[in-house]
Amino acid sequence: MKIAIASGKGGTGKTTLAVNLASFLAESRKVVLCDLDVEEPNSGLFIKGKLIHREDKFKMIPEWEKDKCTLCGHCQKVCNFHAVIQLGDQIMVFPELCHSCYACSELCPVDALPMIPQKMGELKQFKKEGLSFVESRLDIGQEQAVPLIAQTREDLDKNFDDDFIKLFDAPPGTSCPVIEATKDADFVILITEPTPFGLHDLTLAVDTMRELEKNFGVIVNRHGIGNNDVLTYCQKKNIPVISKLPNDRRIAELYSRGSLIYQKIPEFKKQLVNIADYLLKLQEEGIR
Amino acid sequence: MKEIVIISGKGGTGKTSITASFAMLGGKDIVVADCDVDAADMHLLMQPDWEKSEDFYSGVIAEIDQEKCVKCGNCADVCRFSAIPIIDKKYVVNKLNCEGCGYCFHVCPTDAITMKEQNVGKWYISNTKADNVMVHARLGIGAENSGKLVAKVKNEAKRIAKETDKEFIVVDGSPGIGCPVVSSLSGADFVVLVTEPTVSGLHDLKRVYQLVKKFNISAGCIINKSDLNTKVARQIEKFLREENIIHISDLPYDETFTKAMTNGQTIVEYDDANLKNILVNSWEKIK
Repeated sequence: MKIAIASGKGGTGKTTLAVNLASFLAESRKVVLCDLDVEEPNSGLFIKGKLIHREDKFKMIPEWEKDKCTLCGHCQKVCNFHAVIQLGDQIMVFPELCHSCYACSELCPVDALPMIPQKMGELKQFKKEGLSFVESRLDIGQEQAVPLIAQTREDLDKNFDDDFIKLFDAPPGTSCPVIEATKDADFVILITEPTPFGLHDLTLAVDTMRELEKNFGVIVNRHGIGNNDVLTYCQKKNIPVISKLPNDRRIAELYSRGSLIYQKIPEFKKQLVNIADYLLKLQEEGIR
Repeated sequence: MKEIVIISGKGGTGKTSITASFAMLGGKDIVVADCDVDAADMHLLMQPDWEKSEDFYSGVIAEIDQEKCVKCGNCADVCRFSAIPIIDKKYVVNKLNCEGCGYCFHVCPTDAITMKEQNVGKWYISNTKADNVMVHARLGIGAENSGKLVAKVKNEAKRIAKETDKEFIVVDGSPGIGCPVVSSLSGADFVVLVTEPTVSGLHDLKRVYQLVKKFNISAGCIINKSDLNTKVARQIEKFLREENIIHISDLPYDETFTKAMTNGQTIVEYDDANLKNILVNSWEKIK
């Protein structure tokens, strides 16, 4: 079962939930947590496991071979991203604009633009007792998170079979990186806070999940601050509210130090047990 | 004209609440740009009048004319994004997977594929309660090219600032280090980094500052919730000294942030004492 934790608004508790839920579930099940917030991956700050694997990740970009090129200009014409430009007798490639579609390379009549790998980030795998943890981080200056997220998901499929509960820590927002991180999840948890910003961004995230035809539920974090509008909205839209995590400065302090919370705050653990039960029931029912 | 961009790396550090406060304090001297187009929230505090709106078109998506399709499969073979599955014996385009590269269009022998321009969102020009103009936007569901929409919002804000002879543009950026952030940063004169003393806050600050450095923009930092963890707060201060980042101010951990937001107000409207003073001083330093 694949469960993605997403949010719309940043800073609502995705990582807090992901690392605590993963650690808790791993006490009794096979679990892998995967940080797909490749721009700012944070889960690893809380799961200090043993590094068991590291590899560079690459995206494919065209490289101009001057000697073969006849300067026909076809590459520039077919590139929809302005990543290949002809300037006088030079072909310029802009890797940060390239989407690795291969059109320029394979449509070149003289094979003057072979695709070569360019490093975009790195993937690391850790192990901490029963919990496996996979993290990818994008190199600074790389603008596209999507290819790295896609490769990380593929790796996870290859290396962890269906016996594992797979938890994804997704990036914030509602645009392409979130879609990539949630698109093959069986269930999506949207975590929000009961404030006007939280509600506004939740409605965007809900629209996105509906568009993707995903099963999803909401967890309200910092319950007790703000107002009741998020709960009213969920009720009106028939969205299950899986849990309400308490607003507690001690939780913020534990988080600030990189500590897990459920081992220290019983009320938080109680909610975590409920969330785990909810998800395991979904798994039994064979949600797809 | 000075362009001030507020970013944070990590989400939820209070970036938008602080930006909105500066927008209030700047009043009629500034133009505001909400470049967090993915999850734009500033309008919830600024009461914009949505005076002008325009659709934003960017990028294309493949469309297959089933009448012309001879089911040769060339399109699906060349597509690197698994965007052309076979459903009910027909080649169809999965809109969410299509990157709009147009490779399929070039290899279709019967011209069955057209590339359709995409409406990916809307952008607005509004007058706000702070007596200034705000440019903001809404990205469509799952849309790409948010970097381009960010550039559009910023360029409109610049144009208005120039035409109306304003001193400052105040830009609310987005979280992360990817294309929307790169778009927000390009052309900025000063960057305000809003962070919090948590292990994640510091980690994300360091990463996003590496990006800022590539742009050679001078930067200042506001530490929000500074009393949450004094040890990490000191580590942040050390980082700021090492990198020559101006330490603008510290804001305490205070639920007034949420209370103001729930009231639809900026902090400087809601609070009349400590927080307001800190933000007024911060704005004086920044401008």
